[in-house]
Amino acid sequence: MTRPTQTGLSLDTDVMVLGGGPAGAWAAISAAEAGARVVLADKGYLGTSGAAASGGNNLWYLPEDESLRARAVADREALGGRLTDRRWMERVQTETYRQINRLAEWGYPFPRDEHGNERRSSLQGPEYMRRLRRKVHRSGVHILDHHPALELLTDADGTVSGAAGLRRQEGWTRWQARAGAVVLATGGCAFLSGAFGLNVDTGDGHLMAAELGAELSGMEFSSVYGRSPAFGNHTKGLMMQFASYYDASGRPLEAEGHKGAELIARRLAAGRPVHARLDRAPTALRQSMRQAQPNYFLPLDKAGVDPFDEAYPLRLVFEGTVRGTGGLRLLTPDCATGVPGLYAAGDVATRELVTGAASGGGSLNGAWAISSGTWAGGGAARFARNRGALPPRHNLRPAGTTALRAAPPGGHPTTRAEVDETVTTVQKEVLPLDRNYFRTADRLHTSLRTLDTLWGRLADQPAATDGRTMLRAREAAAMTAHARWMYRAALAREESRGVHRRDDRPGTAARFEHRLMVSGLEQLDVRADPVLPVLTAKGTRAARIAAGDASQERRVS
Amino acid sequence: MIEVVSRSRCVGCDLCIRVCPTDVFERDTDGIPVIARQEDCQTCFSCEIYCPVDALYVAPLTGPAPDGSPHREEEHLAATGALGAYRRTVGWGGGRTPGSRYDRNHLFTAGMTGQPGTRPNPLSGPGLPQAESPGPDLASPH
Ligand SMILES: Cc1cc2nc3c(=O)[nH]c(=O)nc-3n(C[C@H](O)[C@H](O)[C@H](O)COP(=O)(O)OP(=O)(O)OC[C@H]3O[C@@H](n4cnc5c(N)ncnc54)[C@H](O)[C@@H]3O)c2cc1C
Ligand code: SF4
Ligand code: SF4
Repeated sequence: MTRPTQTGLSLDTDVMVLGGGPAGAWAAISAAEAGARVVLADKGYLGTSGAAASGGNNLWYLPEDESLRARAVADREALGGRLTDRRWMERVQTETYRQINRLAEWGYPFPRDEHGNERRSSLQGPEYMRRLRRKVHRSGVHILDHHPALELLTDADGTVSGAAGLRRQEGWTRWQARAGAVVLATGGCAFLSGAFGLNVDTGDGHLMAAELGAELSGMEFSSVYGRSPAFGNHTKGLMMQFASYYDASGRPLEAEGHKGAELIARRLAAGRPVHARLDRAPTALRQSMRQAQPNYFLPLDKAGVDPFDEAYPLRLVFEGTVRGTGGLRLLTPDCATGVPGLYAAGDVATRELVTGAASGGGSLNGAWAISSGTWAGGGAARFARNRGALPPRHNLRPAGTTALRAAPPGGHPTTRAEVDETVTTVQKEVLPLDRNYFRTADRLHTSLRTLDTLWGRLADQPAATDGRTMLRAREAAAMTAHARWMYRAALAREESRGVHRRDDRPGTAARFEHRLMVSGLEQLDVRADPVLPVLTAKGTRAARIAAGDASQERRVS
Repeated sequence: MIEVVSRSRCVGCDLCIRVCPTDVFERDTDGIPVIARQEDCQTCFSCEIYCPVDALYVAPLTGPAPDGSPHREEEHLAATGALGAYRRTVGWGGGRTPGSRYDRNHLFTAGMTGQPGTRPNPLSGPGLPQAESPGPDLASPH
């Protein structure tokens, strides 16, 4: 199946998985279990790359208890601003439970509680991803580390038939894979903000899919920032439940709960310092806190800060659609994107179906990566099998539009300085709190003018001559497209809901209780999703269980 | 950011070059990795965990540590136990217990929206389950 070519590497496979975070890993395992030959290419390294590897995942892992699960759905439905789909939430509960139990069988070292029962709701990043890599490898999947994908390939009919990219540690030669179907699992987009482990997540997959006409959804739910020590980038938040907040002179700030989060953001947006100290953490619990979230404490320890004792300065680091919600819209239960042969899993797909307008970081995103990865891998394997023979190589068409073709006569290849400038321009529009955390129509319009002009320049941008610049140019283009989708959708949602805050439109509006789709690259189009949220309506069985009315329930049914 | 590759400790296994997700290292002519693109480092600590001989140090800072900073002094870092501290914590390397065995994260998520259990109120009150004291002492040196 592998055949070295003059230019690099050429492969044939049934299923090509792009991205080696949890979603890609589960997709690869699932496709292999469905009998497909699988190749997985990651920009970095399957095991360390992506949000889960460094951050770790607390999971939506609920025991097989119907009333508990129903209540969890109803709770998250409310938190998610009523944009969710109960059917998908229930599927995610079931699938996550099943797969995590398999992960335990494969040897993930879960802790045991005082009754001797394994607790399986938390995954530490390095351990989780190392175990997944081993399982992927043992499933016979061909793993290509440091093989960033640049673009998709289609056959003459437009069916996705593979992908192509660069071999970063093999002299930046090319790779090309012909495949019966492709799973995108390239993660969300954090705009090279430097947030913990997220610089690999630049929205490349979204761009590749949009180049073939795929639609996105929930892109307005993209204004998520994580709290980190001001000197660092470590956005681990769970332990901050024990924090008190102070101004620079040590005066306490009223920063509890939802309102408190906003107060902190407003202060930081205005350039006023906020300090945190974990002074509400009971002494007896501190060792457990360290053991549960070592990557929260590590940077503080290294900096010589004892967070229980000493208030340290905070900053908010942008995490975009990683801990936000938006991504490719899915059309089928097996995560098809609508482009024939193209499936999406994890953060590259919209998570609104399960988290709605609320951030999915903190338990749902991780569960979604496992579940959607499993389904997309299976779907892609079935598609490849039904399709039969791969199209002849000479019929393969590269689908990339920007930054990939040689400069025309008289033109010059894109330079690193030009690409860096693109990145800076986009970052200036999306990173600042007063642009993105607190949105207004005026500011969104202003940003969009800049971003639209920028895209106009990028649309026929030629390729760079060296691989590193070529890759960064594609990342920069992907970020530009991403920012435009985010802000176009943010303009259209004339209300505040979940993580989308419009200072000029406070409060939710009932007429926006639906999801928004956005599509296009040159011309952007926003419309209401005709598929409506499916909620735990009053009177349904699930609602009665959620309300704890199980006795009534038994009589009724 | 990555600050130190200890030439005296490194055994040239190439693991850090392979696992760094942002391709920060290059192999030098003598087989020892060099920090070729520090500006691409995303301070994820992965290389530290994977290095089998604790030869790497990643400072907790998003920018390069200034001249004279203890974050760049190999001897100081070695003497204070900072080299390999994270690897010890996650429990990788011969004879160690994986850190995940001591992960009592469920105590801290109990009762959060959509999670099982009840939220202790107040958080620091007696309702919060107390930890036994399993596992190694993780307070790391600095
Ligand atoms: C600090 C932090 C803490 C979090 N904690 C939680 C939590 O407690 N619970 C929870 O549920 N969720 C949490 N999340 C979210 C969760 O980690 C992510 O939702 C999850 O990792 C998504 O998996 P993924 O595989 O889709 O994306 P990622 O894990 O980001 O992986 C994407 C992969 O795609 C690769 N890639 C990107 N572009 C390309 C390309 N062009 N070609 C090839 N490969 C490419 C990347 O290298 C990367 O390996 C957290 C996130 C952060 C940032
Ligand atoms: S900290 Fe992460 S990004 Fe930096 S050199 Fe190490 S592995 Fe690479
Ligand atoms: S992982 Fe450690 S021992 Fe191996 S090459 Fe890197 S620094 Fe040297």
